[in-house]
Amino acid sequence: MNGTLKRAAVACLAMFALLMINVNYVQAVRADHYSEDSRNQRNYYARYAVERGRITAGGKVILAQSVEKKDGDFRFLREYPDGKLYAHITGFFSPESASNIERSENALLDGSSSDLLLRRSIDLFTGEPTRGANVDVTINPKAQRAAYDALRESGKRGAVVALDPKTGAILAMVSLPTYDPTELSGTDKGKVFPLYDKLAKDKGQPLLNRNIDRTYPPGSTFKVVTAAAYLEDDSSRGPQTVVDAPQVLQLPNTTASLPNYGGAACGSGQVPLVYALEKSCNTPFGKIGMELGYDKMQEQAKKFGMGEQIGIPMSVAQSSFGQKEDQAALAQASIGQRSNQMTPLQMAMIAAGIANDGKVMKPYLVNKITDSKGDSVEDAKPEELTEAVSSETAGKLREMMVSVVNNGTANLAQIPGVDVAGKTGTAETSNGQPPHAWFISFAPANDPKVAVAIIVESGAANVGAEATGGHTAAPIGKAVMEAVLNK
Amino acid sequence: MSEVAEAPVLMPAKRRGAQLAMLAFAVVIVMGAYANVGLALDGAIPSGMLTYGLGLGGFMLAAYLVLAKFAPWADPLILPLVTVVNGLGLVMIYRLEAAGARGASATNQLIMTGAGVVLFAITLIVLRDHRTLQRLTYTAGFAGLFLLISPLIPGLGKSVNGATIWIGFGPAIIQPAELAKIALVIFFAGYLVAKRDVLALAGRRLLFIDLPRARDLGPVLITWAVSLGVLVLQKDLGSSLLLFGTFIVMLYIATQRTSWVLIGILLFVGGAFLAGQIFDHVHARIEVWLDPGNPEFFDRELGGSAQLMQGLFAMGAGGILGTGLGQGHPYLIPLSFSDFIFPATGEELGLTGLMALLMVYALIVQRGLRTALAARDPYSKLLAGGLSFILAWQVFIIVGGVTNLIPLTGLVTPFMSQGGSALLANWILIALLVRMSDSARRPPPQAIQNEGMTQVFQR
Repeated sequence: MNGTLKRAAVACLAMFALLMINVNYVQAVRADHYSEDSRNQRNYYARYAVERGRITAGGKVILAQSVEKKDGDFRFLREYPDGKLYAHITGFFSPESASNIERSENALLDGSSSDLLLRRSIDLFTGEPTRGANVDVTINPKAQRAAYDALRESGKRGAVVALDPKTGAILAMVSLPTYDPTELSGTDKGKVFPLYDKLAKDKGQPLLNRNIDRTYPPGSTFKVVTAAAYLEDDSSRGPQTVVDAPQVLQLPNTTASLPNYGGAACGSGQVPLVYALEKSCNTPFGKIGMELGYDKMQEQAKKFGMGEQIGIPMSVAQSSFGQKEDQAALAQASIGQRSNQMTPLQMAMIAAGIANDGKVMKPYLVNKITDSKGDSVEDAKPEELTEAVSSETAGKLREMMVSVVNNGTANLAQIPGVDVAGKTGTAETSNGQPPHAWFISFAPANDPKVAVAIIVESGAANVGAEATGGHTAAPIGKAVMEAVLNK
Repeated sequence: MSEVAEAPVLMPAKRRGAQLAMLAFAVVIVMGAYANVGLALDGAIPSGMLTYGLGLGGFMLAAYLVLAKFAPWADPLILPLVTVVNGLGLVMIYRLEAAGARGASATNQLIMTGAGVVLFAITLIVLRDHRTLQRLTYTAGFAGLFLLISPLIPGLGKSVNGATIWIGFGPAIIQPAELAKIALVIFFAGYLVAKRDVLALAGRRLLFIDLPRARDLGPVLITWAVSLGVLVLQKDLGSSLLLFGTFIVMLYIATQRTSWVLIGILLFVGGAFLAGQIFDHVHARIEVWLDPGNPEFFDRELGGSAQLMQGLFAMGAGGILGTGLGQGHPYLIPLSFSDFIFPATGEELGLTGLMALLMVYALIVQRGLRTALAARDPYSKLLAGGLSFILAWQVFIIVGGVTNLIPLTGLVTPFMSQGGSALLANWILIALLVRMSDSARRPPPQAIQNEGMTQVFQR
């Protein structure tokens, strides 16, 4: 019987060999396949297993941090101490997704980036757990707070963005309505997902960062660009150059006409350019746009950065001067209507470009990234995006914009002791809603430290005055700039 | 049989000291694993470690003392190997209970381990010569059959998770198939030793295989019918496969006839194929085996692949080195402490741990088969071979099932899975192997030279 017993023994060995081969196959060969499966909850737990880096502003103020929980499946939970204020900067970190900085810088925050390879190797040998890198953003907490409070006071939806014109650093970025990222960063899918769906369906679109995720017709603030194109076209032109300013501009090949705001006259009908900008007359800029032609207008818009793919690192929606149509459309686009669509960030870049002697700096939000031990991983390097206008043209535009604040529609943006340059706007919306109030500005005019763009959605309602954009949006701009300038 | 005398009988040492050292080593491994779990979960050595460790150590010391007294020549490796597997099972159950896996109870399992050791000791003490079992061949057969079908008796049987394999007395429920398997192996061994000559020799040659006579097919057909009955009526694929496979292999060992194996495989595959056509639960298992990742199967409530996939996810997460005890999420697998304790262990101990574990099982089986080879009479050979094979076969069926090598059929992982009946049955199985290895390794009695031809036999 020993012969058959030996064969049975070989069969047993073969069975164990098969089991061992299969275990190797499952755990060594197929392991990645299984770990990538979306039904594998371990991915979900792994999200919370690493101590994610902090998101800070100005190196001190904590916008987001991971806090260790002693019990349960989730080791580190994300907290946002001032969540609503910074929601559109930090974003959220939910069980299956993330947004804004939490998403864009995820590989650094969770420590998996190849830039942190050295750190991870050291940690491996010293036996320390892997920790994510810390991300410091360019936000100035004071300016952010001022922007948030001022915009909230308006009671409307809207957006505020402030840039450092010389570097492109984003100093403040507020979008209302907002949400609390802590709630969306919970681990309970049963709570987080319905909440997310509710926010996503909300008419106010709180998840949207209005500064970069959508565009608006820029209204009269765009006249700055039209003026820039006009001045660039012939260097002998200046603020005092007289332009035609009829009460109503007849548009060719159509019965439609372009009136001034409220159908008002614009001075005597022949006014200096600076006066037309101060009073925000429509007819002179419509006429200028038609005279320059679509190509020159489009060219100038592109020089201010429109059509560039920008990541701050979140990608920014494309702004556009509009398609080439007829002269009537061109006249309307030249005063910021029709198919002219701008993000608030783009409008801030226009103000910043003029402030920075015509050079538009690439906007950015991440100031520096340091690993868990504080060693630098990445430092922001300011980059020039485009040269929008010559230094002389920038000087002329600056002079006119100062005049708009001192003598024109934007008088509410005046800051005692500081020259402020600005331009208001009132953008008609197609759907019969009250128009949007706009304001772009920078200060101090002679040595700009901050450029802002503000939009208050339907913010021009129930205000009969001519300068509606100036009425609601300019004070917000003033508050933000004062915060940056420490006034 | 002539081969019996072929191998010269070695003169093995008792190696009791080595066994004690190995046993201590096994307990130390398990204690280390406990400490590991505690450090990972709470950052401290668990307070229960002494209870569990000393408890296990105490049980094993008792088992050792009984073994040293009543089976001094027994194989020194079997007990330490079983101790490691049983101890690691305890640690995993302790760890899963700590993580809140519903139904996991390390205390219960420790008590059942103690009861298992008691049965081990009783078996060794009472059963001084395993050949007395040969007299109980048909008693064992009927007992086995009764145990096997007892879950079908109204009022006694309990259906859990779709399989009617439990019987309950008030709060206590036991899985009689686990005890039945030992009784049936005893029956098979006795029956086949008695009938093997006729089963081996009668018949005629067709083409290249020797076919048995039709009337000798009777026992095979009966076993086949019983196995299919278990499959169909109790929906217990695992036990069905376990019993029939063991019977066929024992038949082969006894008769040396390949034709039996072929007939057996054909019968079983045919039966299983038919069952797959007719019965949904068998069909579902095969579907799931072929494509476990299919979302349709994953989401299916009954007979779906979710549990299997959770096991595979766990093993994948463990990778080569594992997450470390207490640091993975093995409790995500449904029934991680019973049928799926193997993948749960795979997550935390990794490929390395599973290879070691499989190696330990393989060693236990090979020690058992060595006992069979060294045994001096056909009945002992067949019984030791059958018991060793059923252990290997059970590991193959359940581990192959949870790692998707073969279709998943519910069986316990011997000595690891939580469950009293299986633990008790397997400790009895080990006691039988130990008893047989003792008699196999015991030196043959010396002739007393002064008294001529008279020999003294030791009982």
